Amino acid sequence: MDNVFVEALVRALAVGTPLLLASLGAILNERGGVVNLGVEGMMAVGALAAFAVAVAPGGNLWLAVLAAAAAGALLAALHALATVTLRANQFVSGLALALLGTGAAGLLGKRYEGAPLFNKVPDWNLGGFVISPFTVFALLLAGALAFYLNSTRSGLTLRSVGENPAAADVLGVNVGRVRTLAVLAGGALAGVAGAFLALSYRASWADNMTAGLGWIAVALVIFVGWRPLRAILGALFFGVLYYLQFRLQGNSPIPTEVFSAMPFVLVLVVLALAGLRGQQGDAPAGLGRAYMRGER
Amino acid sequence: MTQSVTQTKQTNSSPPALRLRGITKRFPGVVANDNVDLTVDAGEVLALLGENGAGKSTLISILYGLYQPDEGTVELRGQPVRVTSPAQALKLGIGLVPQHPLLVARHTVAENLALGGGSGLFPARGVAGRVRELSGKYGLEVNPQARVSDLSPGEKQRVEIVRALMRGAQVLILDEPTSVLTPQEADALFRVMRELKADGRSLIFISHKLDEVLAVADRVTVLRRGKVVGGRDTAGATREDLAEMMVGRSVDFTRKRLAAARPETPLLTVRNLTALGARGLPALRGVSFELRQGEVLGVAGIAGNGQSELVEVLAGLHASGGEVTLAGQPLTGNADERFRGGVAHIPEDRIHSGTVPTMTVAENLALRDYARAPLARGLARDLAATDARARQDVEAYAVATPGIHTPSRLLSGGNIQKLILARELNGSPKLILAVHPTYGLDIGATDQVHRVLLERTEGGAGVLLVSEDLDELLSLSDRIGVMVGGELRGPFPVAEVTRESLGMMMGGAHPTVIPGADQGVIA
Repeated sequence: MDNVFVEALVRALAVGTPLLLASLGAILNERGGVVNLGVEGMMAVGALAAFAVAVAPGGNLWLAVLAAAAAGALLAALHALATVTLRANQFVSGLALALLGTGAAGLLGKRYEGAPLFNKVPDWNLGGFVISPFTVFALLLAGALAFYLNSTRSGLTLRSVGENPAAADVLGVNVGRVRTLAVLAGGALAGVAGAFLALSYRASWADNMTAGLGWIAVALVIFVGWRPLRAILGALFFGVLYYLQFRLQGNSPIPTEVFSAMPFVLVLVVLALAGLRGQQGDAPAGLGRAYMRGER
Repeated sequence: MTQSVTQTKQTNSSPPALRLRGITKRFPGVVANDNVDLTVDAGEVLALLGENGAGKSTLISILYGLYQPDEGTVELRGQPVRVTSPAQALKLGIGLVPQHPLLVARHTVAENLALGGGSGLFPARGVAGRVRELSGKYGLEVNPQARVSDLSPGEKQRVEIVRALMRGAQVLILDEPTSVLTPQEADALFRVMRELKADGRSLIFISHKLDEVLAVADRVTVLRRGKVVGGRDTAGATREDLAEMMVGRSVDFTRKRLAAARPETPLLTVRNLTALGARGLPALRGVSFELRQGEVLGVAGIAGNGQSELVEVLAGLHASGGEVTLAGQPLTGNADERFRGGVAHIPEDRIHSGTVPTMTVAENLALRDYARAPLARGLARDLAATDARARQDVEAYAVATPGIHTPSRLLSGGNIQKLILARELNGSPKLILAVHPTYGLDIGATDQVHRVLLERTEGGAGVLLVSEDLDELLSLSDRIGVMVGGELRGPFPVAEVTRESLGMMMGGAHPTVIPGADQGVIA
């Protein structure tokens, strides 16, 4: 019994890790007022970049993670350029980048398909509790992000920009710079979430490896009310769902597709519940809107 | 006031705290500021007067670094400066208290004050001490831990003032600061302004309300069509003097409503009206009143006490419980059915609820009845008839627009309001629901709106006038009620209330001293 519980938790944490990393990134840029629907694409290019660096001769895992962050940030830079600098619609830009990222990763990753990764990031064994360093990093990051947002000047500036950019602007805050940096950081974290998939969780490359995790991360942000610490619980919740899906899949007459669709159905259910509870009210007041000086 | 005038004279030898020389700012097609000169001394309150479009906003925007002047210089204590951004203005010691607060509603007062400054870690903690110091010194009561969304308009304004002072503002610009305040809050603001003045700071006070200007300012400078057309000390000046300088002609301030004995035929009867507000909390808690034919019933109250819901319920836009009859018939149905039944609605948000900004003047004028004859034949709209009526309306209501096919968003607030009046009054309504009908309009447009509404009462229509401007209510209404927490106090005959008693009731005090409440006596 105990073992089943520990196993469930370990597996839930493992699936929850990319969700947590990506949603922490999305929380960062959404608290600054920019919606990023491109998380799935940024995860995909991050995964590919990480895998490509790791399997290269003398592949360094640190370098692989760094490459993943850079790839995610690069795609996010397009988002920042479109939505912050050029004030394009954030939702449309994000959707386009989700397609671009997954498509580009699939195309460029053709040659790695089926290739195994021999130097996967080793898990840590903490007294029988096997856990990836990525998971530890994600958990610590949630705490750090909560502290950053609530207790530092820079975090206050970011939140203010997300709530009321005009108010920040008159006090000398460079709204465009704050938002751009937040989008880049968010993209980098989505890239690291991809790196976890490629270097640890799957330790291989396959097309569509992200399998919709990025979309769940986007929904998770709303579900947890844009709060980093609650994102831990949210990621665990979806992690447990994935675990149950795997467990039930093998010994059940129900087609596997039904189980595969489960997380997404639950996203809808969870978001509907959040909507009923009026949780949309937690959204940063300036979320989704481009800022232009002089418009009040 | 005499004391400050002598002070001004003593400091004449040193340069003024702020001087504008020959400021000119052109926009395509208009000269917003034309060679404007203006000075403010230390320890002086200067009132900047002018109608809408006179150039006050442009001048403030230049002072606050939002616009750059095409010509002219800004001097601070004799030194020419370039103000390139609001942040730069703050650094130079120029602070602005905007008409609509520019605060982060979800954050605490302390967090708002720490934004753009404060220490790297726990920025909000450091400001509490400074806030207490400034609060004590100038009588600015502000709770640093309060959330801005929970504050009243007056409190938000104090946060803005504290913020400007924390940044070391020596010149403080107050842009129509009293437009959102109760009379008591306004008096409290004036006390703060006098303290700041005594401390040697310079204040620029913008207001449409001439009584306030006379009460608090030492000097006025008047702008008309971008030019300074005059200025004087307020000592010895009257309201009429200032209005004449501002409008360019003499203005009559006597009570507009010549209250006569009126037939007491009830028009609108409201019994025990209840409704829920946006958050599912009760917004109307059993409101009952009667509006008579030809009567203007004023509704005073601080925003958010149920006035909006009351009007929306009557207009058919909001679900409710209770009983409403209009001219003996139960008033039911949706907004369109009620409009056809004789209910006109001049909504609170004239731009977004009153018009579709991207549609043309003609289309906006037809919004109520485009689907019916004579503006439609069968399924097709009759565009010629629509245009013809639009031309009539534009002419009859003197809507200043380049043409009837101009998008209404390009019109000024006053002209948008005239457009709405034309549309709503087209069907000869029995009941006119008017919410803040003159908010933000200048004296000329205000006067026209008032005259149109009063004209309609001559024909027997009843007007429910919701306004935050007590002077407007007192000058137009036969009776005035006060909305507090979803309940209606009164209505009281206008002769039995004063600005002060209304202000007290708006703040929640019970009208114990007022006799004859709801007895239906019209003075």
